[in-house]
Amino acid sequence: MTTLEQSVVRDEGLNTINVDDNVAAAVKRYGTNQSALIPILQEMQEQYRYLPKDVLNSVAEALQLSPATVYGVATFYAQFSLEPKGKYVIKVCDGTACHVRGSLPVYEAICERVGLEKGKSTTKNRRYTIETVSCLGACGLAPVVTINDKVYGQMTPQAIVMILDMLEEEETSHA
Amino acid sequence: MGWLMVNGKSVTLNGETSVLEVVRNAGVDIPTLCHHPDLSVYGACRMCLVDIDGRGIVAACHTPPEEGMVIRTNTAMVRRLRKMALELILARHDGECTTCDRSGNCKLQEYAHRFGVDDVRFERTEERLPIDNSGVTVIRDPNKCILCGECVRMCGELQGIGVLDFAHRGSDMVVSTAFNQDIRETDCVNCGQCAAICPTGALTIRSQIQEAWDAINDSTKTVVVQIAPAVRVAIGEEFNLPPGQSSMGQLVTALRTMGVSKVFDTSFAADITVIEETKEFIERVQSGQNIPQFTSCCPAWVKYAEQFYPEYLDNLSSCRSPQQMLGSLVKKHYSKELGIPAQDLFMISIMPCTAKKFEAQRDEFTTDGAPDVDLVITTQELARMIKEAGIDYPSLEETPLDQPFGFVTGAGIIFGVTGGVSEAVLRQAYEILTEQELKDVVFSDVRGYEGLRSCEIVINEMPIRLAVVNGLANAKKVLEDMRAGKVHYHLVEVMACPGGCIGGAGQPITNVNRHVRYERGAGLYRDDKRLPMHKSQQNPAVAALYENWLGYPGSKTAHETLHTTYTCRKKSN
Repeated sequence: MTTLEQSVVRDEGLNTINVDDNVAAAVKRYGTNQSALIPILQEMQEQYRYLPKDVLNSVAEALQLSPATVYGVATFYAQFSLEPKGKYVIKVCDGTACHVRGSLPVYEAICERVGLEKGKSTTKNRRYTIETVSCLGACGLAPVVTINDKVYGQMTPQAIVMILDMLEEEETSHA
Repeated sequence: MGWLMVNGKSVTLNGETSVLEVVRNAGVDIPTLCHHPDLSVYGACRMCLVDIDGRGIVAACHTPPEEGMVIRTNTAMVRRLRKMALELILARHDGECTTCDRSGNCKLQEYAHRFGVDDVRFERTEERLPIDNSGVTVIRDPNKCILCGECVRMCGELQGIGVLDFAHRGSDMVVSTAFNQDIRETDCVNCGQCAAICPTGALTIRSQIQEAWDAINDSTKTVVVQIAPAVRVAIGEEFNLPPGQSSMGQLVTALRTMGVSKVFDTSFAADITVIEETKEFIERVQSGQNIPQFTSCCPAWVKYAEQFYPEYLDNLSSCRSPQQMLGSLVKKHYSKELGIPAQDLFMISIMPCTAKKFEAQRDEFTTDGAPDVDLVITTQELARMIKEAGIDYPSLEETPLDQPFGFVTGAGIIFGVTGGVSEAVLRQAYEILTEQELKDVVFSDVRGYEGLRSCEIVINEMPIRLAVVNGLANAKKVLEDMRAGKVHYHLVEVMACPGGCIGGAGQPITNVNRHVRYERGAGLYRDDKRLPMHKSQQNPAVAALYENWLGYPGSKTAHETLHTTYTCRKKSN
């Protein structure tokens, strides 16, 4: 399993890199066939942590698809985001098993700890994005939370706050 | 040849590709909301359900017919499921029918009535989405969209653009532009075919009826009207006349009754277009420069070329479209003859076309700061005005057009159908190149309704290779083949709409039916035949105009009045 540090993508200066060059590099790897669209978008999503408009337009032009089609694919899949995401993406499982074992109090504890505004999914400082997902397939560990794909099982509000405290400490010491 | 059973009757198979086609050919009308024979099969609306022995209930549109199938279209189960599907569609549909542009002309409304939906049991839960009112021609009301995707496939498959597509998922799914931006910001070329094929009022054409009445009622304005060729063979459909029946005389009477001062024929300007464009064409062929020449009458095509193929803009004929030529002639020249200042003349075009609304607003088409064509209304809009005025259209006496811009030849009339511009140009090019009279004016090689036709016509031992295109996806194909060096044409005629202007999105909504289009085309060819003159160069009123004002084809005055330039509109990224 990847550690938190490994899975955190490079942060600074991404938006200044030429979009077209980035897309061209991905197109070189995956080709210009329509079927290359999703792998290219995945790679862009990983690089930018979301899909900026310029990227989608550039991908559309490279694959000779209409921007509306690329937008349609990008909005269809939950793995893609058109809004900038936080450095840490926290997914709280709210499938049946997690729900009955108390996922909602865990979710609320997270929101409170990171100071998420109501109606938003990413914190103002773009450090955290909090999402609920329907089932992560780890029902035996319910309730489950993942932070950048690292799995934390049998969570309680207290436990998740401790984990977040550690994360925050790391972040502030790095800064 | 195999056979199958439809509602207890034996039906012979005739190469049909779907059960839907078989059943419809057998004379049973099955409803569809998401199916059109010119587009790919989608199979989403569940209106065309049929019961096939051994298979159960299936959608007829995407079930291939098989020998020995026993099909029933009207069982209790089929009726129940179809009605349920309709109810579910209506549960998400903004059913404000009385104020809807498509009321009385709406497939969904018709089916709800026909299949007895008298109550929708499901409560509407969706929030109202904003209406996109930004477009010059197309208005989007997502609250009326039933997600049939006809517009998506029309724009993508037939026009090769893809301004619209599905976005988001599940109950959040909508038909949307990229980034849900305003349609004005997109690559929309204003052809309006999305609205023509929309089975509801989710996509409609901007109505400018009120502006037309305002101009007519304004006592300071002299209203001058021009009528495009394709209008005369279609407007009658709104008044139960058969498609293709030419009713120009009634049209003039109706407009006069409504209070219009002068009624001219855009075909007159089409004759001038032929003369200017042929001159340009022969010069290009002889010099070998900017070959092939693309026609420039279709404003949707012109915008398409400006957006996607700016490197070929020098290949477009520099001729303005007939609409803009006539507008320019009226404002620059006729106003002086009438002694009325250009700003007091108000020109209204009656067009089969929605892109003409955009064309008339282009900055380059103005005289003394005022637009050459002040207002464009479609065939449909005019029909509605005639009904509003309480005019019994079919019983009207015929009135002749006003002169001098009412004198037309058959060449100007066939501009309204795919292949017509090429044929009109050939009729003149032949006489210029051979210096002999053209006896048989029919060039049957360029006629037809296929989306992409090509032929070679030899004039004076010179082979002229032509491509005649309708549907912008076909234009794209020609351009890509040209770029790859696979094809070499001299003249390429492009009309964006299926069948040419006769299938324009401003025509009565039946224009989505190809048989109706064929009838309209036949009507234009009949008019051509009936007129005493078939060649633009024979038009005495055009000759007089050159003599008295324009000088000669391609003269400085002709260029200032009748020609234009194009702008690269390619998006930067």
